[in-house]
Amino acid sequence: MLFISATVTFVGLLVIFTALLIIAERFLTNYGVCKIDINAGARVLEVEGGQSLLASLIQSKVFIPSACGGHGTCGHCKVTAQSGAGPVLPTEVTYLTRKEIRTGMRLACQVKVRRDVAIKIPEDLLNVKMFSAIVKNTRDVTHDIKELRFQVQDNGGISHRPGQYVQIQAPSPEGPVFRAYSISSPTFEKNIIELNVRIVPGGIASPYLHSLKENDPVVFTGPYGEFRLNEDPAVEIICVGGGCGMAPMKNIIYSLYHTWPLRSCWLFFGCRTTRDVFYLDEYKDLANQHPDLKVVYALSDPLPKEQVWDGERGFIHLSVDKKLVPGVKRQAFLCGPPPMIDAVTQVLIEKGLSPGDIFYDKF
Amino acid sequence: MKNTPALLILFAAIFTNNILLSNFLGMCHFLACSRTMLTAVGLGMAMTVVTGLTTMINYAIYYGIVVPLHLEYLMFMIFIAVIAAFVQFVEMFLERFSSKLYYALGIYLPLMVVNCTIMGASLFMIYRNYTFAQTTGWGFGAGAGWMLAAVLMAALRLKAGYANPPGPFRGAGLTMTIAGLMAMTFMGFAGMVSIE
Repeated sequence: MLFISATVTFVGLLVIFTALLIIAERFLTNYGVCKIDINAGARVLEVEGGQSLLASLIQSKVFIPSACGGHGTCGHCKVTAQSGAGPVLPTEVTYLTRKEIRTGMRLACQVKVRRDVAIKIPEDLLNVKMFSAIVKNTRDVTHDIKELRFQVQDNGGISHRPGQYVQIQAPSPEGPVFRAYSISSPTFEKNIIELNVRIVPGGIASPYLHSLKENDPVVFTGPYGEFRLNEDPAVEIICVGGGCGMAPMKNIIYSLYHTWPLRSCWLFFGCRTTRDVFYLDEYKDLANQHPDLKVVYALSDPLPKEQVWDGERGFIHLSVDKKLVPGVKRQAFLCGPPPMIDAVTQVLIEKGLSPGDIFYDKF
Repeated sequence: MKNTPALLILFAAIFTNNILLSNFLGMCHFLACSRTMLTAVGLGMAMTVVTGLTTMINYAIYYGIVVPLHLEYLMFMIFIAVIAAFVQFVEMFLERFSSKLYYALGIYLPLMVVNCTIMGASLFMIYRNYTFAQTTGWGFGAGAGWMLAAVLMAALRLKAGYANPPGPFRGAGLTMTIAGLMAMTFMGFAGMVSIE
């Protein structure tokens, strides 16, 4: 009898507390319908209040780049909030510079929509769409890098600029997440998206992408990226890549020679050993057709005795320093690990490039 | 204990029998949330409200339900359930009306469920046989006492931030020393009022 009364009392109390909390939640977390104004009226969305700004935007098919799935750990989903976003939260401070905070920049995943909000985002992002595709073919290009070609299923394909990237949706234990990969297929192949994916053991997206087979479906959003190729044919293009930072270079070079067959271009690519070298034969073929393409591959690790290598040796910024003469009008695109980007940027500035003409993608 | 006025208990709980500095209850929040004035004042107010109201609710449930049904051995579980539900409510309330404070407190807000001050206040109220009026004074007093200690600590830590203490004292060392000195200072008031 005592046990029954004890159980009934305790459970009864719990039920009462839960009911009270549910009622309180109804009143406290109900924000009604809120308006999100993008770029001063370019688009106005009506969303259910109470969610994060990022989730509300994605729901309304405005795709802001985000790699961490809204956990506030990647710092990619920056938007400029003009009104209604509330104070900057401690979770955002580490990802925003003081200047960005002054201009009202916020992380969309941390801002909760509680009232009408006005935001500003780069015009390009309004053109970002979600695409579905199937895997056309896959190929191992080195021991750890796979080339994946996707056939875009949507009508009209995808139009992108060289050097842009897409965000692939990958399954994770906490629901789908997006990871950014640069497009390596040239811009004139409207129905193809090609990626170079290096496997990261224990990662989320790269093991998933490496496990894909022909005809598997994939979903991605894009295109993203600020890089704009200089349209002046007199400007020389410098591409510097390292590790697996090849994808945007391939896109830029093939797109470039499709439009300007006589344009001058340098490709510098840094690897550790000969087994990390890929696409060298393709570039040699291309250079035979277009003599203004100069291809330089460099190995940074010492070469084993039995191997032969006729390319450059040492870190890639040394090759850049050696091969380029100063005083030519140039635009540069860099992709690779941060120390490489920093070293190459310094060399390029010494060669007379202005920092505004150097674009980079650090990872 | 029937004769002590509730107001005196309120006063005593804040100054002479400060639950934090004389019983050392609620230390984890005290050390973690006294880094800035905003969190110290914010959590202090939340603590005052939660401690005050949960002791009152616990009093009503204890003498209205638990004692008549002879379920005194369930006291701890019931008190924790009340505190948990109440903290949930405070969390929702703060998220709606002060998101800045909500994010500044971070994990320490839901962790109030296991805060010793709140639980201790409810248990002392039972062991000391307080009346309802005395309970009210005691509950709010205990919370306000915690807030007083946390705000003093935040001010001292703010000042210590500009000081240049010797290496081994930096950070946690200095904080613990300050907490000890504060407890000794408050010990000077002990015995002025008897509320036990």
